[in-house]
Amino acid sequence: MVGGQPVRALVDVDEQIASGEHLAIMGPSGSGKSTLLNIIGLLDRPSSGSYRLDDREVSHLDEAELTQLRRHRIGFVFQFFHLVTRLTALENVELPMIFAGVPREQRRKKALDTLQAVGLAARAEHRPDQLSGGEQQRVALARATVMGPGLILADEPTGNLDTASGQQVLDLLDGMNQKGLTLVVVTHDPDVARRADRILILADGRIARRLSGDEMYQVTGFSGLAGGRV
Amino acid sequence: MTFRDVLQYAWRALLGRRVRSGLSLLGMAIGVAAVIVLTALGQGALTYVSDQFGNIGTNLLVVLPGKTETTGGFPGVGGVPNDLTLEDYEILTRSLREVQRSAPIAMATGAVSHGERRRQVAVIGSTDEFLEVRSLEMARGSFLPEAEVDRGRAVVVLGSKVAEELFPGEDPVGEIVRIEDARMRVIGILASKGTQLGVNMDDMVVIPVASAMRLFNRSSLFRIILEVRATSDLDLACQEVLRVMTERHDEEDVTCITQNAVVETFSSIVNTLTLVLVAVASISLSVAGIGIMNVMLVSVSERTPEVGLLKAVGVAPRQIVAVFLTEAALLSTAGGMVGLAVGWLAVRVLVGLYPALPASAPAWAVAAALAVSAIVGVTFGVLPARRAARLDPILALARR
Repeated sequence: MVGGQPVRALVDVDEQIASGEHLAIMGPSGSGKSTLLNIIGLLDRPSSGSYRLDDREVSHLDEAELTQLRRHRIGFVFQFFHLVTRLTALENVELPMIFAGVPREQRRKKALDTLQAVGLAARAEHRPDQLSGGEQQRVALARATVMGPGLILADEPTGNLDTASGQQVLDLLDGMNQKGLTLVVVTHDPDVARRADRILILADGRIARRLSGDEMYQVTGFSGLAGGRV
Repeated sequence: MTFRDVLQYAWRALLGRRVRSGLSLLGMAIGVAAVIVLTALGQGALTYVSDQFGNIGTNLLVVLPGKTETTGGFPGVGGVPNDLTLEDYEILTRSLREVQRSAPIAMATGAVSHGERRRQVAVIGSTDEFLEVRSLEMARGSFLPEAEVDRGRAVVVLGSKVAEELFPGEDPVGEIVRIEDARMRVIGILASKGTQLGVNMDDMVVIPVASAMRLFNRSSLFRIILEVRATSDLDLACQEVLRVMTERHDEEDVTCITQNAVVETFSSIVNTLTLVLVAVASISLSVAGIGIMNVMLVSVSERTPEVGLLKAVGVAPRQIVAVFLTEAALLSTAGGMVGLAVGWLAVRVLVGLYPALPASAPAWAVAAALAVSAIVGVTFGVLPARRAARLDPILALARR
């Protein structure tokens, strides 16, 4: 709601994301890409329409069921990492397991293994303020995958990183995708989007274009889109 | 999620903002410490008074001249009570069946001297039964002899301190002392007893009542102490005393106090006072609770992104409530514990400074203070916790 008028953030978005697919969503600010990601991530629900996750209608589930789905099926990666600053890297990765009731010993081991997978086992006892941005995002990646979700949602995962650490994070995401995880990335950055199998370009809440990753290279004048980036 | 996990998570969050946690904890600690100290003082005063009364013997009633109530007349007119005489004493002891032992008491301050040594002490005139009525014991020699009340013999029993100061290193029994102008033979020394009802029983001398009244030119007794057979007789005996005395003096001009009445009156005063003080202290506890609520609200708003993250990783709203409630409860019970420790320490210091006051916080006050602090924490933690649980995850995550 803005000024009492409902804003239609998304209209006529009809899309299927295949299991194991790598999808990028692009579009200028206010185009509705964040809303779409929130709906996919079950943080928001469509005011009308339908959303099926794993062939199950989820738009009418109650909060408890949505909580369960978020816990087990979906992993989030954010632009600003959202690590809990007072906890160590290891504890941050443990966080979802603590509240899911995974026993202490088991979750410690699992968290270490997952940190190992993003190459940060040595940094397990460091707190976020002792880690570089790239390392923080890799901890966040470990946290997103530690519960073994089928779907990773990344909102500008490299938006706050330098190119080198951004590449590292993207490579890790690609690796996870190749192991079968479905990956949805929201980005302004054509270089990030290019890695995807498919790219959706949103404008004013509608899907304006559908491209393949390869087509991305051929689209001219595309930098104008990326120029909207802050 | 086990309770231990929640506790640990909440604890880490509190440690993450030590100063603010510490300050709000301090508020709670002060409230609890106040409750502990105030109840301990009240309890101490009560114990002190009942010890004092318990010390002087049991089943006692005290008759004193004059009415304690105001008469409403002009000052000086009809206000002067009749004397309470030795004759009154004899008639009272004879006519009251309930009385087991009795002692008339005349009292004055006089100079007691032996040679060059001279002391100003309380001089009590009484009879042989005074010893038992006041639960005193002899250190040496004998107490006043059993004799007619109106025979004033020239003998004296010294309190232990008086004996020590007039006869340092000597045995006073058999020696002669002067009390004012009269020469009296020392026949015994009292065992040390300490203070009874504000009178230091070691710093006084006892002589026969008739001698005292003559020596100090008194026509009225200071008190009559009657010891009845059973506690249940006390009130009846008092009524009887008033009846007999009214008959003799044609007006009710004496006051009869039972030991129980004094203790009861005092304890009701102290209890009321303690209640009032605890009520005031409770107000400070609720202020402390508001302090905790404030700190928790600030914490929730600061940790909005964290709450958003928790929601995104599948933490249920009631788990978020649990985390924040636990934080508030931890804060307030920790405050309660600190307050308990501080209060306990303060009471110890007070007792150290005033050993006569047997102050100690009653168990109910300790339990209540802790329970109240926990309840306050949870109660005032509900609002912030629910606010946290209701945060919209999208908006919460939008903040860095």
